[in-house]
Amino acid sequence: MKRVYLDHIAGTPVRPEVVEAMLPFLREKFGNAQSLHSEGQEAAAALEEAREKVAALIGAKASEIYFTSSGSEANNFALKGMALARKDKARHLVISAIEHQSVLHSAKSLEKLGFETTLVPVDRFGLVDPQEVKKALRPDTALVSIMLANSEVGTIQPIKEMAAFCREKGVPMHTDAVAAAGNIPIDVNDLGVDALSLVGHQFYGPKGAGALYLRKGTRILPLIDGGIQEGGRRAGTEDVAAIVGLGKAAEIAQKEMASWAQALKPLRDRLLQELPKIIPQVIATGHPERRLPYHASFCVEFIEGESMLLHLDMQGFATSSGSACTSRALKASHVLLAMGLDHALAQGSIVLSLIDGIKSEDIDRLLEVFPPIVERLRKMSPLYTQFLEGRKP
Amino acid sequence: MIYSEKVMEHFQNPRNVGTIKDADGIGEVGNPVCGDMMTFYIKVKDNRLIDVKFQTFGCGAAIAVSSMVSELAIGKTLEEALQITNDMIAEELGGLPKNKLHCSNLGADALHAAIMDYKKKQAAAAKPKEAEKVEAEEKKEEACCCPYCDGPIEGLENYCTQCEVELVECPHCGHYTKKGEAACVNCGASLES
Repeated sequence: MKRVYLDHIAGTPVRPEVVEAMLPFLREKFGNAQSLHSEGQEAAAALEEAREKVAALIGAKASEIYFTSSGSEANNFALKGMALARKDKARHLVISAIEHQSVLHSAKSLEKLGFETTLVPVDRFGLVDPQEVKKALRPDTALVSIMLANSEVGTIQPIKEMAAFCREKGVPMHTDAVAAAGNIPIDVNDLGVDALSLVGHQFYGPKGAGALYLRKGTRILPLIDGGIQEGGRRAGTEDVAAIVGLGKAAEIAQKEMASWAQALKPLRDRLLQELPKIIPQVIATGHPERRLPYHASFCVEFIEGESMLLHLDMQGFATSSGSACTSRALKASHVLLAMGLDHALAQGSIVLSLIDGIKSEDIDRLLEVFPPIVERLRKMSPLYTQFLEGRKP
Repeated sequence: MIYSEKVMEHFQNPRNVGTIKDADGIGEVGNPVCGDMMTFYIKVKDNRLIDVKFQTFGCGAAIAVSSMVSELAIGKTLEEALQITNDMIAEELGGLPKNKLHCSNLGADALHAAIMDYKKKQAAAAKPKEAEKVEAEEKKEEACCCPYCDGPIEGLENYCTQCEVELVECPHCGHYTKKGEAACVNCGASLES
């Protein structure tokens, strides 16, 4: 059976050109980028080339890019590093209720060190109102961090307006662009943010390499102390191959992002429009317009996400869900709950995130196999029986 | 795959799905907050389970557990069926992932709840005093375990080591719920103080 991969948000496949670019650095070009000999300098040059490419993807200068091992590390680095650098004067954080765990939990850790957090709410589309961010700002706000796009519901935030309010008040602003970078055009100067996280495996690069953009002059404390790698701000021997892969992926994304979006958007829109039509009691989650071009997400009433996911997997489709049962922590998606969905509905979450190369026929087949799966699961659901009998679940 | 072949087999072809219109006992456990809900229907004749049906809202493990419980229970006497434990269910299914073990507890609980419901109805029909006794027995059974996995709760810590969650006691009914939840998973009372 043909496999159709609809889990972009967990990680995209790696482009063959990216693999090719990486291979020499796993084989003959094994030098440590900190070494002064020719092998080392070859690796160092490759790192700088990758830095240029990542910078170009987001309109930054190469000297403003710091490589990390993941998106989570970039977020931890931004939150903890920027907050702690300002802790003598400022001990207040502003984040949204739908941030990634790496932001939410970093804020929790900072609370243990004496910081206070304001969680800015979202509306039913998962959108943060910039006025709410403005209202949350205090004289002692150390940092604002609002994600550019959410991976569970696809909503894209009006970061530019928020960044303008932050700048007025002299508060640094970070944005987690992990789900967005390489998929929608980003210009850090246009956005006006001081820091931005991205990761390669969201745009056909390898896992294991991400980056934090840090505007020149922005203060940060290192998370990893040690040598002088990354200007002394992120110690540890660099994963040259992964970083080269990230650079190559950024270069490709810059050129091809528009055509990816052009191909995926109509397919995404078909899913968003047709699924709720062919299956009763299905709602599309996230914002109808302000959303990632590859992203369609839903809540299917009366059934649970993991069982849907397993059935879809058996039919050849790789998908993901924000249900409690799918998460190892057995918690329903904080994103869906923050958007005002009740627990039962949030349990029926299913995310279909497309990758380059998905065909219209793949979507046809998905629309064909999905309704019987839902029907089957609903037949055994006590909530559905209650619904049919007119009892309130 | 995170599940054993046996779990996947039961998940794909669950046995005894459905309801029993004139059930002798109905057991309903769980709620959407913790992720799973199971309703068991039983038919009893001469102290034996002659039919068991279920409906489940939940993950793959919850569906497979329900199916296995129904299979294990049919034909057993009520006493034998009450001896069905979560360990037995998990073992019969070729094991469950650690964070899904609570599903097997839920399955055993739902079956036992259906049997208790039957006993209560029987007792009520016989004489009202007996019914009170059954109710007391039921209360005892519900005491002081993690609602998600049935594991023991560490003293004053209110922490379940098995599913690694912090719990809070509901001021209204005394049941435990995951810390941070807005409402008690048992009685629905608000936990926001």
